[in-house]
Amino acid sequence: MSKTFKRPLPQLTDSNRFFWTSGEDGKLRFLRCDDCSNLIHPPAPVCDKCLSREQSVSEVSGRATLAAVTVNHQMWMPMIEPPYVIALVEIEEQPGVRLTTNIVECDEDDLAIGMPLEVTFEHYEDVYLPVFRPREGAVNASGR
Amino acid sequence: MDKFESQSAVTGLGMSDIGRRLMRDPMALTIDACLDAIDDAGLARDDIDGVCTYPGMISGAPGISGAGAFDVMDALRLNVNWYNSGLEQAGQLGSVVAAMMAVATGLCRHVLCFRTVWEATYTQLQRTGQVRYGGGGGRLSGGMEWRIPYGAASAANWIALYASRYMHEFGLTREQLGQIPLNNRRNAALTPYAVYKEPLTLEDYLNARIVSTPFGLYDCDVPCDASVAFIISHVDTAKDCRRGRGVGFEAVGTANSERVSWDQGDIRYEPGLVEACKMMWSRTDLTHSDIDMVQLYDGFSFNALCWLERLGFCGEGEAGAFLEGGKRIARDGELPLNTNGGQLSAGRLHGYGFLHESCVQILGEAGERQVPGNPQTSIATSGGGVPGSALLLKAL
Repeated sequence: MSKTFKRPLPQLTDSNRFFWTSGEDGKLRFLRCDDCSNLIHPPAPVCDKCLSREQSVSEVSGRATLAAVTVNHQMWMPMIEPPYVIALVEIEEQPGVRLTTNIVECDEDDLAIGMPLEVTFEHYEDVYLPVFRPREGAVNASGR
Repeated sequence: MDKFESQSAVTGLGMSDIGRRLMRDPMALTIDACLDAIDDAGLARDDIDGVCTYPGMISGAPGISGAGAFDVMDALRLNVNWYNSGLEQAGQLGSVVAAMMAVATGLCRHVLCFRTVWEATYTQLQRTGQVRYGGGGGRLSGGMEWRIPYGAASAANWIALYASRYMHEFGLTREQLGQIPLNNRRNAALTPYAVYKEPLTLEDYLNARIVSTPFGLYDCDVPCDASVAFIISHVDTAKDCRRGRGVGFEAVGTANSERVSWDQGDIRYEPGLVEACKMMWSRTDLTHSDIDMVQLYDGFSFNALCWLERLGFCGEGEAGAFLEGGKRIARDGELPLNTNGGQLSAGRLHGYGFLHESCVQILGEAGERQVPGNPQTSIATSGGGVPGSALLLKAL
């Protein structure tokens, strides 16, 4: 995995602060519709399924599966040194909800679409970036 | 069928110098292309009564927009009834659809459309400290916050993710995907303005440095400096223009129902193409066998593959087999693809190149790279991750 010095970080706002600071207690959270339980991501003031305006911040398990993956070899920003792994992961509670993230603590050769993952956080300034690692005790799609 | 598409035609084509690090003012490139298009149509400046462009002046990524509508209106002192620009359109060619609508509604007779990029020069200015690195170390917002903190900084990463998923689902190989850049490079060899014309072999393709798996260098298009312009005229005026005819529009597809998102939709494909393709076909009686060539957005090789499938030239997951060996998509094949070399070899004209090449081919003005058999139709697409559009062009 890359040696990371610093990251470009999100501007925290009243609508996204809960997400980017959620990892302070090691938990991942999303907005959940109070009426139909749909997870709303990215945060929006209305449920994209039922148009309800009632919503709450809701803790999820942090379990996810690897949906797509690329190993980046190009230096785009001086503060993030390649190679590093970029992935789309699907949240266990609602697989259509995905995060673009990094996979950490995993050899490139062991990456396999469908592999079980769990969240962990990298702390920078006031932000806890959710990243994912192979799930402890789980057997992944490549039989690892 | 009386549809709005039949009300307008492309009557003028313009193009500036195209190249890597031309170190020219992007506004100068823009004016070169715009005056070239006006002249090509046989019109005068005073005939232009509309202006439309993509994306217009934007902050944050100046290299992708070298001039806005206001810049051109003021520089040429145009006397216009209507003008428009914007990033939120159905692909870069959505700006041409807007111009078609302005003509069909009677607001305008001759709309000047242009698209200017100066990414190669802008990057050079950044490297040499003549302009500051964009953003100045500020925090991320406007959708970028979900990807940039992870080093997912480029469309190369975002589209590579889809390609990885597609390969996993359908067994596409790099050898099959590589047929698109190889085909485009062969075509570029005959295109005077193409940035890269040197022969490219499958071995070169496979051995090139990796950018973001599964994409190597040659899966990625070429940032360049360029401006391309069109005159979109009322069809009744085409006979008075220089050629005495124009290139007609048979149908457009601009629909979208997918999430406007890089990661929340169908991640097996570039998003934002499905409904545009369906809409285009729904507005014409022509079918796949009537299409003489396709000029498909190839910001990355995989973008063009997605358009091939979404347009229905092959079934879901079948593009690998369709591309195998590259014969079908060759200039003399059953479905010539990106006959000027596309963005992968001719340069990132950012959408406008696909319409330009469609028109040049239909007018029979493509010289050495002319598609044989007097082609009458072409599909030009644009998009690239943002919702796209498909334009079906026809000889008038």
